[in-house]
Amino acid sequence: MDRIFTFLFYRKSLAIFLLLSPLLIWLGIVYIGSLFTLLIQSFFSVDSFSGVIKHEFTLETYYDLFKLSTNWDIFIRTSLMALSVTIMSAILAFPVAYYMAMYAGPKLRPILYLGIMLPLWSSYLVKVYAWKMLMAKEGIITWVLEKIGLTFVLDGILSIPVIGGPSLSFSYIGMFLVFLYLWLPYMILPIQASLERIPKSLLEASSDLGGNPSITFRKVVFPLAFPGVVAGSIFTFSLTLGDYIIPTIIGNSSYFIGMAVYTHQGTAGNIPLAAAFSVVPIIIMMVYLNIAKRLGAFDAL
Amino acid sequence: MLSKLLGKNLGLKISTLLVFMFIHIPIGFIIIYAFSTDEKTFQFPIPGFTTKWFGVAWDRKDIWDAIILSVQVASISTLLAIFLGTLASLAVYRSQFFGKEIISFLVILPIALPGIVTGISLRSALNLLGIPFSTWTIVIAHATFCIVTVYNNVLARLRRSSHSLVEASMDLGASPWQTFRFVVLPNVATALLAGGMLSFALSFDEVIVTTFTAGQQSTVPIWMLTEFVRPRQRPVTNVVAVFVILVTTLPILAAYFLTREDDRSK
Repeated sequence: MDRIFTFLFYRKSLAIFLLLSPLLIWLGIVYIGSLFTLLIQSFFSVDSFSGVIKHEFTLETYYDLFKLSTNWDIFIRTSLMALSVTIMSAILAFPVAYYMAMYAGPKLRPILYLGIMLPLWSSYLVKVYAWKMLMAKEGIITWVLEKIGLTFVLDGILSIPVIGGPSLSFSYIGMFLVFLYLWLPYMILPIQASLERIPKSLLEASSDLGGNPSITFRKVVFPLAFPGVVAGSIFTFSLTLGDYIIPTIIGNSSYFIGMAVYTHQGTAGNIPLAAAFSVVPIIIMMVYLNIAKRLGAFDAL
Repeated sequence: MLSKLLGKNLGLKISTLLVFMFIHIPIGFIIIYAFSTDEKTFQFPIPGFTTKWFGVAWDRKDIWDAIILSVQVASISTLLAIFLGTLASLAVYRSQFFGKEIISFLVILPIALPGIVTGISLRSALNLLGIPFSTWTIVIAHATFCIVTVYNNVLARLRRSSHSLVEASMDLGASPWQTFRFVVLPNVATALLAGGMLSFALSFDEVIVTTFTAGQQSTVPIWMLTEFVRPRQRPVTNVVAVFVILVTTLPILAAYFLTREDDRSK
């Protein structure tokens, strides 16, 4: 062992090569390889008579994918949901992050941090399940609203066309709430991190130069925290884009991208179409990540 | 001026409190429901308290099978992730080479892309190669997205620990192996452990990628998902949910305190 280490210590590039190769082999073959396989499969097609995959290059599958207006509905529906969840998370997350970074004392801060960390990491399915319970017709939300006499508010919201539905657990509003609940911590932490990194001297300088708190906030704090918001939005956006569990369990069973991918590869056995479908979120994410990078989000991660 | 400032602060406090209630209360209800005597619905207030569902869940073989599979998968994937992630972080730390940023990008990609993409990619590759689904296909998938937790934790620790310790060790005549064994390794040990625990929790909880890479077997999340869609005994699902909360929360808490101590000593 001693000799191996000494030998490698004086051959830095060889050492780096040896240390990296397991990871590169793994991710290169297993992951990048799979992504390429997926991409290639999206250029295959399924014989409409036999249902067998034809292994030859064609754009037929993509043509089929974009031909149908129902598929466009799926892309638009999913992207709009991802966008609204992202915007709402940012609105809710900012004051929390701001309080944590600027006002919470050294004792409170770690508690708050843990209070965001735990729900972020704790079980995804359990959280979805909790909301299924809360939103059930006979469940807590209905009960609380009845007790305080605000049932009509819920009924009013549910009667709004498009976003409403027969009950919370069968409506876009309910789905939106669950997404918001699940991804909110992913938004709070990057914003908090970027707010914490703002040097206090900048705030003092701003007020010395005559900026009142609201000007300081608008001209100094917010621009410096914005990359954090964008960083957080990567998570909220991407996670909503790819989720298929929530639209399956909650909502009015209209399709989202993830569900479409799942159904096409599973019951329909049409892997090329499923592959082409999943290329769409990859492209959306690529564009999104590119914009995010320009807005400085990667330095805030 | 003062009252204005105080008022602003109060608004912040209230919104923080509300958001915290929003993120924490729902999980609390899971625990209450695990003790409910109500078998069919999610009726609230619950009609009565009982602990009998814990016993019922204990006797269910399908639950034990799912737990055993989940623990196996999470343990093996974590070990793989530790191996791959630690080596890579040692290579990236303090060295410059062509394509260094690509490594970080590559490691984060499996969790940055939507889970459905990772899932369907692996599935289509397995299909094309004719590899049958098994415990190992789940492990391969999980290890792939677990690497990032180990890699990030260890790399962060390496960056924070001062390099002069390594130099001092070498100056005092320690060999590279001794320096690694007695300086570097103890230094990153808790970060390694923390990364490993997060990776375990991540794997134990993963459902989207798992549905694509598992055959007939059920991990705990897959078991739960099946119960959501076709409930057999609702209270038993509630008990399993409480169990899952414990299994995922404890490693996270441990990981937090393991990396925290290092911040304090800094």
